[in-house]
Amino acid sequence: MKAAVILFPGSNREGDVAHAIRQITGVEPAVVWHADTELPAGTDLVVLPGGFSYGDYLRCGAIAARAAIMDAVRAHAARGGLVLGVCNGFQILCESGLLPGVLVRNARLRFICREALLKVERNDTPFTSRYARGAVVRFPVAHGEGNYAADADTLKRLEGEGRVVFRYVMPDGRRDDTQVLNGAANSIAGIVSEKLNVLGLMPHPENQVDPLLGSTDGRALFESMVDALERV
Amino acid sequence: MKARVLVTLKSAVLDPQGKAIEGALRSLGVPGIASVRQGKVFDVELDGTDKDKAEATLKDACEKLLANTVIETYRIEFVG
Repeated sequence: MKAAVILFPGSNREGDVAHAIRQITGVEPAVVWHADTELPAGTDLVVLPGGFSYGDYLRCGAIAARAAIMDAVRAHAARGGLVLGVCNGFQILCESGLLPGVLVRNARLRFICREALLKVERNDTPFTSRYARGAVVRFPVAHGEGNYAADADTLKRLEGEGRVVFRYVMPDGRRDDTQVLNGAANSIAGIVSEKLNVLGLMPHPENQVDPLLGSTDGRALFESMVDALERV
Repeated sequence: MKARVLVTLKSAVLDPQGKAIEGALRSLGVPGIASVRQGKVFDVELDGTDKDKAEATLKDACEKLLANTVIETYRIEFVG
């Protein structure tokens, strides 16, 4: 798997995601600077890592979404290439129009840094094939603006098309929209694009790939992408 | 030419920051405040003197960057 991790000024999880990719695929990802206009030839996967690109100025991800490299990322997505946006990467995907909706300030205004329980809503995507459908996984979250918002029509369309892939759930695996840690609409933690090849999620699967960190729940997400690319 | 762009959350969008400010004003005892919503102000200097052209430029700037029209609306005012 040839991966490219995009580096914006203020990204800070590019090392974590590169480590996960290296550990799982054995291949070193390319780190691509935001001002570049092309992805390395043969790129299979583009990762927009977490962090605070441009200091979260204006709106989270707003300025990064207009960076030069994003035209190449858009073209890659249009070709059906895989794109993964984690945390700030998810915010950038929403701001760039690659995913619908927007991430706004957490409902209780506080930065949340803890583990979150997530339900894998479907396992027929390139990102989740190695999970059981309905599995509950544990990924850490670290964000101040992870409260997913969209208008009623967009939410209805996302639900109708089954595009909510990860949802925050209670310890018993039940969804409770009144108790979502960040206030996200419909307990949404991660969504995919119409063609299922672009995933954005607030929690950090790249931080749960090593038993040293207590859980390897995130590994399957990277292994799923490897499988998906081998099938092509 | 100088212009001011105001970007505010759409009325249907919850504004937790505005709510917190509203609560703080109430606890300070400032009377008569029904509600507070927070927004952004951009003071922009433009080249030229053609107001219609400037308005078109600013509209473009709002649609492309200054506002996220999923949750925000914008208003353009000319100053002076």
